[in-house]
Amino acid sequence: MAEFKHRNIIALRDLTKGDIELLLATAENLREINSRDIKKVPTLRGKTIINLFYEASTRTRTSFEIAAKRLSADTVNISPSTSSATKGETLADTALNLLAMKPDIIVMRHAVSGSHYHLAKKVTCSVINAGDGAHEHPSQGLLDLLTMKDKFGRLDGLKVAIVGDITHSRVARSDIQGLTKMGSHVYLAGPPTMMPPAAERLGSVTVCATMKEAIQDADVVMMLRIQQERQGKTLMPNAREYSRYFGLNPENLKLAKPGAMVMHPGPINRGVEMSSYVVDGSQSHILKQVENGVAVRMAMLYHVCGGELE
Amino acid sequence: MTENVTVLMDESGIKRALTRISHEILERNKGVRDVVLIGIRSGGAFLAEELAKAITVIEGGAVPVGSVDITLYRDDIKSHAPHLPVGKTEIGFSLQGKKVVLVDDVLFTGRTIRAAMDALMAHGRPECIQLAVLIDRGHRELPIRADFVGRNVPTSLKENVQVVFNEQNQPLEVVLEK
Repeated sequence: MAEFKHRNIIALRDLTKGDIELLLATAENLREINSRDIKKVPTLRGKTIINLFYEASTRTRTSFEIAAKRLSADTVNISPSTSSATKGETLADTALNLLAMKPDIIVMRHAVSGSHYHLAKKVTCSVINAGDGAHEHPSQGLLDLLTMKDKFGRLDGLKVAIVGDITHSRVARSDIQGLTKMGSHVYLAGPPTMMPPAAERLGSVTVCATMKEAIQDADVVMMLRIQQERQGKTLMPNAREYSRYFGLNPENLKLAKPGAMVMHPGPINRGVEMSSYVVDGSQSHILKQVENGVAVRMAMLYHVCGGELE
Repeated sequence: MTENVTVLMDESGIKRALTRISHEILERNKGVRDVVLIGIRSGGAFLAEELAKAITVIEGGAVPVGSVDITLYRDDIKSHAPHLPVGKTEIGFSLQGKKVVLVDDVLFTGRTIRAAMDALMAHGRPECIQLAVLIDRGHRELPIRADFVGRNVPTSLKENVQVVFNEQNQPLEVVLEK
């Protein structure tokens, strides 16, 4: 198997198929630690990890923090309300100040797409992207891949429908990158106002006119969250109408393959992108995704520690 | 492969050594009660399977076998581990109160054993840990010794001792590379 040579993980676009396979293999083997009585290994003892979150997050930040602690790293959390960013400090200055305290890894979430590339140029420690604007969310992409691989034993040849607000979704971009590299077929659907211009250029994907077309015979139906914080009021008339055309319910789920997986990156707007019957139904793998998130993030933290300067 | 290779043990030699070690394990522990075998990946894990088979032949009754991957417990992580995937630790039972026989192929500096013992402690508190190795080549850097040894081989630091396995993970021979 390939060796992992990256010091930073900013986008799945930057990783090869071999890199992704390695990260998933490590995550599968690290998972066992999370079900032990003593959920800790000494691997990253003495490493300092800064979680720098310029945007709100519960799941991702907690998951990264738990992952770091299970590997015995020390973690510090910085959130916008308590940081000097509110006092007008630039990202570069914040980065250099943090770097002076000798962290080994900075895990950052930022509202501006591509800000991690900027950060990585300024610092000598590793940088992991926990979500940047509408660009990528690689840890979510990897945990989605792992959850699908758990069920099907492979990713090659799967039909995956991604439905919802594609324009604003960094999850969709990471999923598309990861899935197409691993040989899955990706079908996108969403309201025209939420579909980026030239969506087919996001990767080798099929852009569908209707949700029905996308989820027909799908192995996996990935529903995206309506990101009310990222859009004006003009993209959809109201939540009820959205739900009628692009919501997943027990009826239209029957179009997918029997036993198809239902996934969602969370947090869910119940009754908007998915009905509660589906969220809590037997085909839902949403909590499995969260569980796999810890293992995948452990694998990312572990492998960047051995990465080389890029 | 280097040009200078000496075969230290052949297949039947290894088999006799493992049979003797099995007898010694049974003698020391007065049977198989509470005894579990844990092999260190990858060579030790294969040998643990062989020992378990031999013990079953002698005593009847199965001995639980597990394996441990020590990558996460290494003391030299920066120098090589994170490039490579982490192996799987498979201990499907609690070690609480068990007599654990840790199995490795070659005992050298003792650092692998130290790491493996740390890994085991995360799975409960064993009554004791004993160490079985096929080859002890000396050069310890930690205060660790084996309870059961297949063969002691004096080596120089420049040499390399390897246990060669076939595709069914059965030991074929032990070689010394100069």
